[in-house]
Amino acid sequence: MVQLTMAKALNEGLRAAMERDPKVILMGEDIGKLGGVFRVTDGLQKDFGEDRVFDTPLAESGIVGTAIGLAMRGYRPVCEIQFDGFVFPAYDQIVSQLAKMHARSRGRVKMPIVIRIPFGGGIGAVEHHSESPEAYFAHTAGLKVMACSNPIDAHFMIQQAIASNDPVIFLEPKRRYWEKADVDPTAMPDPLEQARVVRSGTDVTLIAYGPMVKTCLDAAAAAEEDGRSLEVVDLRSLSPLDFQTVFESVRRTRRAVVVHEASSFVGLGAEISARLSEELYYEMEAPVLRVTGYDAPYPPSRVEEEFLPDLDRVLHIVDKSLEY
Amino acid sequence: MTVAQPAADPHLIQLLTPEGERLHHPDYDVDLTDEEYRSLYRDLVLVRRIDVEATALQRQGELGIWAALLGQEAAQVGSGRALRPQDFAFPTYREHGVAWCRDVDPLKLLGLFRGATNGDWDPEETRFALYTIVIGSQTLHATGYAMGVTKDGAVGSGDVLKDEAVIAYFGDGASSQGDVNEAFVWASVYNAPIVFFCQNNQWGISTPAATQSRIPLYKRAEGFGFPGVRVDGNDVLATYAVTRQALDSARTGQGPTLIEAFTYRMGAHTTSDDPTRYRLSSELEAWKLKDPLERMKAFLFKQQVADASFIEAVEGEADALASRIRKGCLEMPDPSPMVMFDQVYEEMTPLLRTQAEEFATYHAGFAQGGAH
Ligand SMILES: Cc1ncc(C[n+]2csc(CCOP(=O)(O)OP(=O)(O)O)c2C)c(N)n1
Repeated sequence: MVQLTMAKALNEGLRAAMERDPKVILMGEDIGKLGGVFRVTDGLQKDFGEDRVFDTPLAESGIVGTAIGLAMRGYRPVCEIQFDGFVFPAYDQIVSQLAKMHARSRGRVKMPIVIRIPFGGGIGAVEHHSESPEAYFAHTAGLKVMACSNPIDAHFMIQQAIASNDPVIFLEPKRRYWEKADVDPTAMPDPLEQARVVRSGTDVTLIAYGPMVKTCLDAAAAAEEDGRSLEVVDLRSLSPLDFQTVFESVRRTRRAVVVHEASSFVGLGAEISARLSEELYYEMEAPVLRVTGYDAPYPPSRVEEEFLPDLDRVLHIVDKSLEY
Repeated sequence: MTVAQPAADPHLIQLLTPEGERLHHPDYDVDLTDEEYRSLYRDLVLVRRIDVEATALQRQGELGIWAALLGQEAAQVGSGRALRPQDFAFPTYREHGVAWCRDVDPLKLLGLFRGATNGDWDPEETRFALYTIVIGSQTLHATGYAMGVTKDGAVGSGDVLKDEAVIAYFGDGASSQGDVNEAFVWASVYNAPIVFFCQNNQWGISTPAATQSRIPLYKRAEGFGFPGVRVDGNDVLATYAVTRQALDSARTGQGPTLIEAFTYRMGAHTTSDDPTRYRLSSELEAWKLKDPLERMKAFLFKQQVADASFIEAVEGEADALASRIRKGCLEMPDPSPMVMFDQVYEEMTPLLRTQAEEFATYHAGFAQGGAH
């Protein structure tokens, strides 16, 4: 058991995956000597060499496009995109090429590629460094989309993502990179595509992923003091989405609130809400409510706290749910 | 005094040696008045001071981040002053020196890095587009703008005081982006009146220029069908001369030019960066000997264009500018959160209006002491 930050837990996960399989290679901007701007790949070039951990030219379409070719040649590329807002130059390669290759080739061509993206806000950054692009990817058939929320999951999920023969968009909540937890690398992880109830409760289910899981856990702890019992589900996998775990929870609590940083319109919350109403219409006591970023561009950082869902906004909407 | 071109890089256009000796070049020259020489030096000093003050303000927690231009003053002032008033510039996020030449208040730059705004200057009025953080995007915008200039017939009339040109700034790292290469293609086939101004400061964060290109960057231009030149980016006179000529070539209808300003990022990539992880301090020491301010100062003294009292007066002006910036930064108000909802569209959509109203009501609740 070792205490690790999320950044270090990812680093150790990458290291384990590289030790296990010589075909695993890391590519991206500034991931070598610098170890990435968040130091997630720190020391890996030194230990595995420039053949397996390499700085690319500054071009995201190039990173993902060449990763596709490398995968066809038998490699398992793990691409780092420096920040969420910089994945879009690679959008064509991801959506039109990477996502569809398996189906187009009738399963003959596998795409075991992981695209790691630090995502979300809350770090006081300038434009394009705080975005939550998950819905664009989750909307695309052929991609798997993961979001870790804590160091333990980060450590195992990155290894599982690398082991997957399907392409995975792997979202890392950047403002949680420095959160710590005890990680036992020998533990048996949950299956990658399974959601998890991270706090049990009886009154309302909070459904979250990535950076908002901690916010929801904090909200649940605060609510307990007011005598309300909130359950928190960490989705972990956004596509495919483990609806069974979500349904089971909401069947018990009869109320659901979805929390994410991304804007609400056509976001993950909309999808979850639709499925819940299709499945549990007669069992729910309240409509599914959402706490999300607003339907506006991410604002300058001096007002980002107003944009991001926080404990108070979550509890405010929980109250609304309970009013039904 | 005239000295032959140094043998080191015969393709590097230089009009001032690092020691401040004036060189002459068959194709490029400047013939400025003493007043203009002094003025360029003053620009260099003031721009550096803005940068140093902003870096200090970031260290003190007043800015979220700052991207220093330290070392690139001559590349920016030389090219910025080469612009004619009617020209339009498209910057990256580091063009503080060009912003200065376009009369953008330095406090506007600080507002962006403080997280109060996304820039907030008027691109039309300043003829200086907003900073672009996504690497390379602005080169296409600049090209499109230049195509518009052609469509408007604002090139080739023969009147350099009226015909327009466009300049697009980008870095050595950016040269790898698809957008930048597409901009080259478009500018070339449409013969757009544009100058691509690449500041090769040797590094893209931790990535050396050699990771982006196996040939000198200016040579890329040839393959796209327009001329490329390499200028000493730490030489304000050469940068001025080369950029002025390229802009005038563009405005007379002769199409694009790529200028590679060979320079050095003397500081960290941004205040979040730690260059000791990836480069040797000896490299920085070598470039310090080529400092753009020192060589201009040496030139002024050698030519007896300026004396100690002039230098002192400029320092005094820089001090005053720095304290104005500091004061303005400390007093800068935070934006109202309602700016989130404003200006997303020309007219607020019903969805946004609802969200803005809910937001206001929710916060009014806090003001009255009732949380949830
Ligand atoms: C599309 C995109 N990818 C990645 C980044 C992150 N990033 C910011 S600056 C930078 C390096 C830029 O290098 P260069 O073009 O040489 O300009 P310099 O910063 O040296 O002025 C990178 C990779 C970004 N801003 N945009």
